[in-house]
Amino acid sequence: MSAKQNILGKLRKSLTGTTPIADTFDVDLVTQPYTYSAEQRIPQLRKLMEAVHTEIHLSSGAEWPALLAQLLRDRQLPSLLIAPTTPHGQRITQHWANNPELPALKSYDRPMEEWKTELFNDTPASLTGTLGAIAATGSLIIWPTREEPRLMSLVPPVHFALLKASEIRDNFYQVQQEFEWAQGMPTNALLVSGPSKTADIEQVLAYGAHGPKDLVVLILEDQ
Amino acid sequence: MSTSTIIPTVAVEEDFRTRAHNALGDQQLRNNFRTAMDSLMTKRAAAFSDAHEREHLRALGNSIKARALSKLPDLLEQLEQNLTRNGVTVHWAETVDEANGIVLSIIRAHEARQVIKGKSMVSEEMEMNHFLEARDIECLESDMGEYIVQLDHEKPSHIIMPAIHKNAGQVASLFHDKLGVEYTKDVDQLIQIGRRVLRQKFFEADIGVSGVNFAVAETGTLLLVENEGNGRMTTTVPPVHIAVTGIEKVVENLRDVVPLLSLLTRSALGIPITTYVNMISGPRKEHELDGPQEVHLVLLDNGRSQAFADSELRQTLNCIRCGACMNHCPVYTRVGGHTYGEVYPGPIGKIITPHMVGLAKVPDHPSASSLCGACGEVCPVKIPIPAILRRLREENVKAPDAPNQVMRGQGSKYSRKERFIWNAWAKLNSSPTLYRIFAFFATRLRGLTPSNIGPWTQNHSAPKPAARSLHDMAREHLGKQGERR
Repeated sequence: MSAKQNILGKLRKSLTGTTPIADTFDVDLVTQPYTYSAEQRIPQLRKLMEAVHTEIHLSSGAEWPALLAQLLRDRQLPSLLIAPTTPHGQRITQHWANNPELPALKSYDRPMEEWKTELFNDTPASLTGTLGAIAATGSLIIWPTREEPRLMSLVPPVHFALLKASEIRDNFYQVQQEFEWAQGMPTNALLVSGPSKTADIEQVLAYGAHGPKDLVVLILEDQ
Repeated sequence: MSTSTIIPTVAVEEDFRTRAHNALGDQQLRNNFRTAMDSLMTKRAAAFSDAHEREHLRALGNSIKARALSKLPDLLEQLEQNLTRNGVTVHWAETVDEANGIVLSIIRAHEARQVIKGKSMVSEEMEMNHFLEARDIECLESDMGEYIVQLDHEKPSHIIMPAIHKNAGQVASLFHDKLGVEYTKDVDQLIQIGRRVLRQKFFEADIGVSGVNFAVAETGTLLLVENEGNGRMTTTVPPVHIAVTGIEKVVENLRDVVPLLSLLTRSALGIPITTYVNMISGPRKEHELDGPQEVHLVLLDNGRSQAFADSELRQTLNCIRCGACMNHCPVYTRVGGHTYGEVYPGPIGKIITPHMVGLAKVPDHPSASSLCGACGEVCPVKIPIPAILRRLREENVKAPDAPNQVMRGQGSKYSRKERFIWNAWAKLNSSPTLYRIFAFFATRLRGLTPSNIGPWTQNHSAPKPAARSLHDMAREHLGKQGERR
């Protein structure tokens, strides 16, 4: 008998003569207190994300590349990692082409193994898009793809994320329903609710534990 | 289960009572716990400011877990099917030895030497670090708290905050001694030291090992919550990811994690959500540029199916490992996590550990409680911990030949003498004639009662029967009333 058969056998024996408990999932309980009007969503998201040290800037579809360039200069960041084939990656490439004095651009365009040392040791900042956000918990929805891989939002110490205001949802339940996640999940999906943190020493909150020390969100109000 | 091959880092000294006695005398330890638990209780209360929502959410959490357990074997099979379809290899282990064997065979297949671990209580059950180190494989904890504890050759004292028993000064000395860095009590600097050391380890590691918070049967998804990013590093950077989890972590539907996640992070830390909620549904796909090439899931029983067999004890498996019961426990707060001498401390430890190691090995666990009920009141999935503690007390004094043996090592506190006394006491109190005879002699021979009656007289004065029994006095009183009429 395999371990699997033994375990399942024991469990089944213990359930003999019982019927499964009915599904009484209460949707209202996880949605009603967490439903917001269009005007409330950005302030709600901001309140929660700023409470955990996220830096938030309001911008627009036209102006965000210039704002990002300014933020990079303010922080004296020498380079920015981008996903070159994404729409926002292309946008940045164009903007940078017209402004040659800006920090260097790096592209995540080859398997991690081919440039792991550089990724870990010489990649101070990255820019990724998001699939939206969740107002109820102050979370960005990040769904890494081949074009925009997982480590972009994790390894660089500063993570810039673009968020379209129209893609801010109310709550996690609504997100699962709208994206039909139950029908199929991506390899990796993430909710990111601030820069990396820990309170493991004496419960004192410290930022920049293992992931990004800074999370900077650019909200595109007109998109 | 045989764990004889596993050498614990810290020899577990003495028995529960001695450890508790020592802990109670350690003022530093008591201050560290008191401060931390007070703060965690306050944060939780603030996170659940709406009592109506909290209670309905707890009821929903309870029903989701009860539903999952009511079809557990089917859900485990569904989980395996969906994970397999997604490219994840699923392994089953009845014992910790089997689970360690599976992990080792994966490591050997890749000729790996360095393992980096995200936080996983199941891997603590397995004593995976020692098992692998004994085989010349480095196995390093990457959660800051776990790293600190491992560096000091200790075990976690809390399931969410492993190093909560230490203060910043103690961590500063530890880092100074073990890592050769300059002494600093600045928490930010201490964390940055840990970050530097562990970044290099994430970079080098061949294998990443993590736990699982919820395994979703419907989609074949492993959901992990964390704040530090070490969990994401562990599950994303090394070429192989091995997740280890207990068989009770499976939930039926993806939507079920919405309330459970909220209950978990609010109960544990008083926060609406953790920094990262990491949902893993498979290894790196063709043409993807990062992520592990292989993902494995090890499903561990280790006594859980024993708890499952009894409908009352089954509720123990509702646990989502938030730690709220220990944060609110007056006993845990005073004696600290190490006193329990096992992986899971506090109220949940007292009811789950006996299934893992046998009640005989932890005979004082069920009785190390004042039954104040705080644990049951705060449990986000409504495990009736006090009722289960009482049940385990009963099981632990059951005669070895009693019918309905429900757990390994039960009856370890059974005493023929005690059983005889209780039987006699029951008889005495259910027979008026016997009781009258007893009262007659007890009152007249009161001078002969012993002044030393074991543990009772350590802290109390010895009981002495009154000169006249209540019955006697009542009878006389009623007689006089009759005369007056």
